[in-house]
Amino acid sequence: MSWKKHSWAGWGRVQSATGELARPERSAALAPLATEAPAIGNCRSYGDAALVSEGRAITMTRLDKILLFDEADGVIHVEAGATIADLARILAPKGFLPAVMPGTGFATIGGCIAMDVHGKNHHGAGSFGQHVTEITLASGKVLTPDDPLFKATVGGLGQTGPIASAKLKLLRAKVDVMMVTERRAETLESFLDRLDESEATYTVGWIDATATGEALGRGILEEGETGAGLVPPAKRGRKVPFNAPGWALAAPVVRLFNKLYYGRVPAAGRTLVKPIDDFFFPLDRIHDWNKLYGKKGFHQFQCVVPVTARGTLRSMLEAIATSGLASPLAVLKRMGPGRAGHLSFPMEGYTLAVDFRNRTGTRGLISELIAEAKAAGGRIYFAKDSVARAEDIPGMYPELAEWAEAVNAGDPEHHYETDLTKRLSLRSAK
Amino acid sequence: MTETWILLGAASSMARAMARQLAGEGANLVLAGRDMADLEAQATDLALRGAASAKAARFDARDAATFASIIEAAETLAGEGPINCAVFVGSMPPQEAIDADPSLIDGTVTDSFTGPARFLQMLAPKLEAKGKGLVIGVGSVAGDRGRIGNYVYGAAKSGIATYLSGLRNRLGRSGVHVMTVKPGFVDTAMTWDVEGMFLVASPAQVAAHMLKKGRKGRNVLYTPFFWRYIMAIIRSVPEPIFKKLSV
Repeated sequence: MSWKKHSWAGWGRVQSATGELARPERSAALAPLATEAPAIGNCRSYGDAALVSEGRAITMTRLDKILLFDEADGVIHVEAGATIADLARILAPKGFLPAVMPGTGFATIGGCIAMDVHGKNHHGAGSFGQHVTEITLASGKVLTPDDPLFKATVGGLGQTGPIASAKLKLLRAKVDVMMVTERRAETLESFLDRLDESEATYTVGWIDATATGEALGRGILEEGETGAGLVPPAKRGRKVPFNAPGWALAAPVVRLFNKLYYGRVPAAGRTLVKPIDDFFFPLDRIHDWNKLYGKKGFHQFQCVVPVTARGTLRSMLEAIATSGLASPLAVLKRMGPGRAGHLSFPMEGYTLAVDFRNRTGTRGLISELIAEAKAAGGRIYFAKDSVARAEDIPGMYPELAEWAEAVNAGDPEHHYETDLTKRLSLRSAK
Repeated sequence: MTETWILLGAASSMARAMARQLAGEGANLVLAGRDMADLEAQATDLALRGAASAKAARFDARDAATFASIIEAAETLAGEGPINCAVFVGSMPPQEAIDADPSLIDGTVTDSFTGPARFLQMLAPKLEAKGKGLVIGVGSVAGDRGRIGNYVYGAAKSGIATYLSGLRNRLGRSGVHVMTVKPGFVDTAMTWDVEGMFLVASPAQVAAHMLKKGRKGRNVLYTPFFWRYIMAIIRSVPEPIFKKLSV
């Protein structure tokens, strides 16, 4: 297998790496690489989770076949490089969906496992890994959920080695469209109450991270149910052709945009029919939307805090709104307890995700937010982080040492380390 | 009517991309190549993506005994319908390896020229009998001019291009179209670690372009399109100058 010198970046485009990549085109070419380097997918992690500076990584995107579909049991066996959107597109007409879908359809199955991703149905369906019934590593080792290495692999940041394929238990649903109800929440308290009370299968809240005073924490709650009916014609994806200028996301522009975005939903709420992709992967229609932040890129902060920590959310939002650094992309969601690996992100509580332009003060603000999340008994999401320091992590992830022991036993020479695991010294945890 | 396609060299990235598009159109697919495990997996995948049927078949350009059963399989699937064939096979050992071991020339020419040509020669009468069908043969811009970096591969690709030109002349008389494709830089395993690549096209783009133009009756297709102009310039360089260049 040939290695190619390459520079690549995380989705936030703040962090990048120069290293060597191999891209096996067939599974026969993957096996010999199994012990050499960690695998990467479509690099939709915002920070450095998919980066290996001055090292090697295996690009899995060409290994994207469906190996078996068992319609009777609702199980699919799929190679790790297949994307969630690809699966959804193939399965929906057959009356199935991936049980958990993250916010971008470009995420690969391997990536979804390595991050134990969650979706808009986390409160009911749990995390991605809870629907994985079997993982085949590139080494040939087959892991089932009762194998100790399974918990180190799910949410395990690729540190147990490249995943070749996985079996997923699917959701049986007749899905042509999504029925989406949008309602305004005028204050943070009412927003959180509505999230708690919602009985919808899929929920997500857009939050106006620039609103202050009375309006602090206002937003729009979206509740979705799958539906059968006429499918609106698919729209062609649009591309962002160049890096946006710096003022495009300046504070006054974002405030105005958010005001209009909030106002577009009538006070009484509304229900609409949306194509599946538009509801689950709203940003995927605009390819390379990360270029909207300009050359300097952006950071995303995502944390989850326990349900008792409403005060923490308020104080976080105050800091965010007054900073003038927030973008229109901010999400508030209720999480259930479901998680499948030692380092899985989810916990029962509220998760807040906010994108920030990369400017003076951004890192400092995010550092404060990380400290607040930790003090409240919450944690940050490795798929998004680009700012945390090694000392921030241990209290957040109680099973970190157990995980480190398991992955170090399987990879004593640390071939699978990434820039993320090194930056946060995750594998040195005791 | 359902189309039946033979894809020779079906494990290659361009063939895989074409197979996915054809599966979406509901075609019968015969996936011919050497890595049977991969082809069997592809067949399952393509059936789920909409192919009317997908079947793995062993093809080795260096073993003509594998040819006949592939053609039979396609005939069975096609019934009265048309049989089309796209040829992606070829091999490109580094020129230095060939310099060190000239016997590598034989395999390169068999993989890229005489093997697929012999297969098409066996297929030709069947297509003539049907009086319809499309053959897409993948040559290379490397075949347009002998260059210092890969002239053995280039010579083999030039050979298949001339063969395809003749086959087009023959089969056109009975309503079967033959298109020669000359891809520029495509993002495949062959170009992965080659330095100096520019304007690299994805296999999906190239495959879609081939199908579209082949169906419209194009004879020779450079893909992406601008390679036609790049190669026009390269072909126009006079030999006394060209022999001193290392392009």
